[in-house]
Amino acid sequence: MSLTRRATMLAAGLFAVFALAATACGSSSNNNSTTGTTGGSGFDYSSLSGTLNGSGSTFQKDFNEAAIQGFSDVAQNVTVNYAGGGSGKGKTDLANEVVQWAGTDSTIKSDQLSTFKGGTVLYFPTVAAPITVSFNLSGVSKIQLSASTLGGIFSGKITKWNDSAIAADNPGVSLPSTAITVVHRSDGSGTTNQFTHYLTLAAGSSWALGTGDTVNWPTSTKAANGNPGVAQAVKATDGAIGYVDYSTAVASKLTFASIKNKSGSYVAPSLDAASAALETAQVNANLTYLALDASGADAYPITAATYVIVYQNQSDATIGKALQGWLHYLLTDGQALANPNNYAKLPASLDQKALAQIDTMKIG
Amino acid sequence: MTPPSDLQVSDRTTDPDPTRGLTRGGRAGRGDSVFRGVALVAGLVVLAVLALIVWAMFDKGRDAIRVSGITFVTGDVWDPPNNTYGALAFIYGTLLSSLIALILAVPVSIGIALFTIESVPRRLRRPVVSVIDLLAAVPSVVYGLWGILVFAPAIQGFYQDIADTVGTWPGFSAVFGGNASGTSFMTAGIILALMMTPIVTSISREVITTVPSAQREAAYGMGATRWEVIRHAVLPWSRGGIVGGVMLGLGRALGETIAVALVIGSTAQITSHVFLPGYSIAAVIANEFGESSGTHQSALIAMGLLLFAITIVVNIAARSLVTRFDRRAQGVT
Repeated sequence: MSLTRRATMLAAGLFAVFALAATACGSSSNNNSTTGTTGGSGFDYSSLSGTLNGSGSTFQKDFNEAAIQGFSDVAQNVTVNYAGGGSGKGKTDLANEVVQWAGTDSTIKSDQLSTFKGGTVLYFPTVAAPITVSFNLSGVSKIQLSASTLGGIFSGKITKWNDSAIAADNPGVSLPSTAITVVHRSDGSGTTNQFTHYLTLAAGSSWALGTGDTVNWPTSTKAANGNPGVAQAVKATDGAIGYVDYSTAVASKLTFASIKNKSGSYVAPSLDAASAALETAQVNANLTYLALDASGADAYPITAATYVIVYQNQSDATIGKALQGWLHYLLTDGQALANPNNYAKLPASLDQKALAQIDTMKIG
Repeated sequence: MTPPSDLQVSDRTTDPDPTRGLTRGGRAGRGDSVFRGVALVAGLVVLAVLALIVWAMFDKGRDAIRVSGITFVTGDVWDPPNNTYGALAFIYGTLLSSLIALILAVPVSIGIALFTIESVPRRLRRPVVSVIDLLAAVPSVVYGLWGILVFAPAIQGFYQDIADTVGTWPGFSAVFGGNASGTSFMTAGIILALMMTPIVTSISREVITTVPSAQREAAYGMGATRWEVIRHAVLPWSRGGIVGGVMLGLGRALGETIAVALVIGSTAQITSHVFLPGYSIAAVIANEFGESSGTHQSALIAMGLLLFAITIVVNIAARSLVTRFDRRAQGVT
């Protein structure tokens, strides 16, 4: 190879390395930070130190990132990281003690409990958010759907927008005969899990595909990767309908359908409606709760829960105290960050229960 | 014969000790045994790692195979919530997309190889070769992103046109008919063909250049046209190597994950219509592994083992084909 050729290739290689380093170093920080105070209930954050690594649910990722920003203002000696990667990864990482805390949309299955090396796991609810049923139908801006109609659509049984079931839910609306294109997730997802769980609970016999991170969708449906992928597919196809989490749907400016809740009223997805669902949710002793298919006139029936999980026994006192501080922040000042980031904050009763559970952690 | 003056070798005709650079006595034997030891250890380590990988996958995949039995390979229903794991649709999708890639890539690649050797002026040969090799430098994920964001939406109309014309002819309707989707077996096959082409081209080119010029000259001397020379003198000689190159490319196509996962449509179905969405083994593992647990995860790992087995079978078939071609070319059979 000639000398000039070698020099050119070396220069190109160096340039590529610099470009990569520049993009890596110039990481975009979350612009939703609030100025922290010394804590809503006088908690002393400044004495905490340590690094808290977390991973898991992408559903709660945006909230966690905003809370990390706010927390770093009050607890200067604590570094909190959240990696995302999915609820499954979060649970596995916590089981192997690779992270100190994890985010998950679903509870740990009984056969997986024995793999958790650190013993008992505590669930802390932090936020919730609606899962929208977004649609794209030219000429129609408002659609109402009952659970059984929704089940029929997503099972592939209802194939046209002017089907009698949809017409029955929407008296007076003229529906075109466009074919329905159902869009679902191709990747295993907690959002799919919550949505299919809702259909299993509320749709009755029209939904037979069960509940899971992935289900056996009919072949007439379309698959897309990630919430943004589904949003994009819905936007691009006339007659498309799909389930998208609230913050992605708002960002993509999608049109949402109103869903009939248990009390019989059609409710559109919004943060207030999600909070209403949380008020009437049934809460278990371990603070896991079911906000899906909630009763209450203003409740949005497809409200998804998500939790932060940590070990009850913390052998390292510094990390244990830092974790308690982080959880305290999430449940007090951090709650103010929920609505600006398109999440619903917890109702006071659930928040109090979660705060009390922090004291049951055994430190040291 | 005196060596050319710009070669840097010791002048053997006047050097008093020609064996100067070599070790002597016991040291030579020791160097040999050290080398042999290192080579043996390296080989054993590779084999050991391979064996450990196979054993680990088998160990983790056992649960799913126990639950499904033989229906793991013969069943076409993949329903994790109901504990049903049938991998047939994924096996089919892997093989179909690779077959489409093979049909598209092989003629094009051999054509490019022949073109660069026979037709391109000597001066332009280097740039043309560099551009082809650049295709191999593109990362798979870039192919996948380009495929899903640009290619699939643009090509859908073209697929539908073909489906509406060729797809209505008898005999062709089973393959080209029906509703066309941008993300489909065909798109996955095209992207895989793009990824296979540089590999097959560069290997074919290497092999074709090794054809002795005596062969070519003899054929020209007998009055053969350029195409006849290629067909009778060049290709038979290089067939073995080309098949080897094709199989190498096929190996890449069978295991390609992210690009296929993005463009194949993620719908598990067995259908002859190439314009419908499908699924492949690598794609479903990539999509579902993150959130999987328990038997579901075990089933995905078992499918990885299945893909491994398919690739081994294809490689063995390739190797026997290459041996048979080589023997025939050398006039042994």
